[in-house]
Amino acid sequence: MKKWMLVGVVCGLWTMAAAQTKKPAAAGSSAVRGKKVYEQYCLACHQIDGSGVPRMNPPLIKTSYVLGEKEPLINVVLKGMDASVPIDDEYYSNNMPPHAFLKDQEIADVLTYVRSNFGNKASAVTPAEVKAVREKK
Amino acid sequence: MRTKMILLGCVSLLGLLSVQCFADHKTKDSSNHAKVDPGNAGLTLPAGFHAQAIAENLGAARHIAVTPKGDIYVKISSGKPGNAIAVLHDDNGKMDVKTFGTYRGTGIAIKDGYLYASSDEDVFRYKLDDQFQVINKDQPEKIITGLINRRQHESKSIALDNDGNIYVNIGAYSNSCQVQDRAKGSKGIPGCPIRDSAAGIWQFRADKANQTYGDGSKFATGLRNVVGLDWNNQSNHLFVMQHGRDGLFDMWPEYYSLEQGNELPAECMYKLNKGDDAGWPYIYYDGIQNKKMLAPEYGGDGKKTGGENAIDPVAAFPAHMAPNGLLFYTGNQFPAKYKNGAFIAFHGSWNRQKGQKGYLVAFVPFKDGMPSGKWEVFADGFAGIKDIQSPGQAQHRPCGLAQGPDGSLYVTDDVKGTVYKITYNGK
Repeated sequence: MKKWMLVGVVCGLWTMAAAQTKKPAAAGSSAVRGKKVYEQYCLACHQIDGSGVPRMNPPLIKTSYVLGEKEPLINVVLKGMDASVPIDDEYYSNNMPPHAFLKDQEIADVLTYVRSNFGNKASAVTPAEVKAVREKK
Repeated sequence: MRTKMILLGCVSLLGLLSVQCFADHKTKDSSNHAKVDPGNAGLTLPAGFHAQAIAENLGAARHIAVTPKGDIYVKISSGKPGNAIAVLHDDNGKMDVKTFGTYRGTGIAIKDGYLYASSDEDVFRYKLDDQFQVINKDQPEKIITGLINRRQHESKSIALDNDGNIYVNIGAYSNSCQVQDRAKGSKGIPGCPIRDSAAGIWQFRADKANQTYGDGSKFATGLRNVVGLDWNNQSNHLFVMQHGRDGLFDMWPEYYSLEQGNELPAECMYKLNKGDDAGWPYIYYDGIQNKKMLAPEYGGDGKKTGGENAIDPVAAFPAHMAPNGLLFYTGNQFPAKYKNGAFIAFHGSWNRQKGQKGYLVAFVPFKDGMPSGKWEVFADGFAGIKDIQSPGQAQHRPCGLAQGPDGSLYVTDDVKGTVYKITYNGK
């Protein structure tokens, strides 16, 4: 009886562990692809740890732009940014070029990666959401 | 009676002890800045040199100037009211810090009884009294105004000659004059229009109010961005350090490998004559082949050379290290080899991949107004960590340089706002 209980508990734990690893893995497939996009198009300026360059290229760590509404964030990727806009009270000098040449899926992946890495814990971005923002203008 | 005497004795002993304590405390306080820091404030230096942090937490401490009396003026790039310039005064060993002015910016210099300082659009000057202290902190004279500031390369660094002229850097508001700045594969704009009002050094009069582009003259062009510059009194020339372009690999992977993008182009030192053209954006300088190369935005492919009419640098340094301060050393405190040589404060790279570098102060020996040997690392360890991956990890980044009246070297850091004083005693 006791043995069965133990097996039961172990199985239960295993299932829980499997479920736990499975959940990030599901979101991970987009984030994993997003990491590749990040390394190719974003890393040079925003850096390997998302910390940016002080007063030059903004950080992606826990900033309101990254964690906030998805539409302005998607627009930054699509249209770039060259206005003198303070980001969390700090000014950044370099221009960001538009990345509208990236596919909806690639933008969704890279934003999902950025929003779930560097200490960020925000929801995933879907290709449909990118498509909707792109079609607005 | 006996008890009373013992008590009295104890009380006086206590009194003596407390006086002793007080005295100890006082000496400790006053020697705080005079004592040599055995840890050299975290820096590594050649044998016989010592460093101490004489001020900390000033904010984004950019360029620095020291008066003949030893007072230190530091330009703080901050928009905070009353925080444009910090004055450091050594009050019997205790560093007294005051601030004044409200404008961002980098440049600061002292010349012929005036303190000059720049915002990212204007240059101001403040009259000094016979103790070299600013007379009216609230009403500087605006000598230059309306210089272009489009965020990128905004620093209006300054230097003065001995004929009443002031030289101002106006950096290009672009990386390489592309149609779409920093976009992959975007071509260069033909006849780059940025060079009309930026990407060069402008010359103005040091004593005339409200000058703008029409009142000055373009002294040298084709310089992408100069933060560190200094007048060399030996050769009577302006020397500048250019920040070389970014993104050869990121934007042109068909021509450059990641390693080439990391190591190209060189950060260059130029000796300027009026009318010189250093070639930006049409060319960049390859410090490995020692050649001027055609930029990929203008038809280059990593192999084609260019810039037949562009001047050559007088010294080339590793890529992306961001030279922010230049100082010709004329003091007598340091060993003879340093006399008239150039110290360069490198801010440290960000546009490299798989490891950043260059958070250091370098030295280049000079003879008769030209470099006479290879550059070397003079002061290192500012970043505070090994294998630095991103500039945000750096605890300190060197920015400005100045020489004190006793020949000491001062270095600013614009991360935490530390001011380092470097001295030599041979021990």
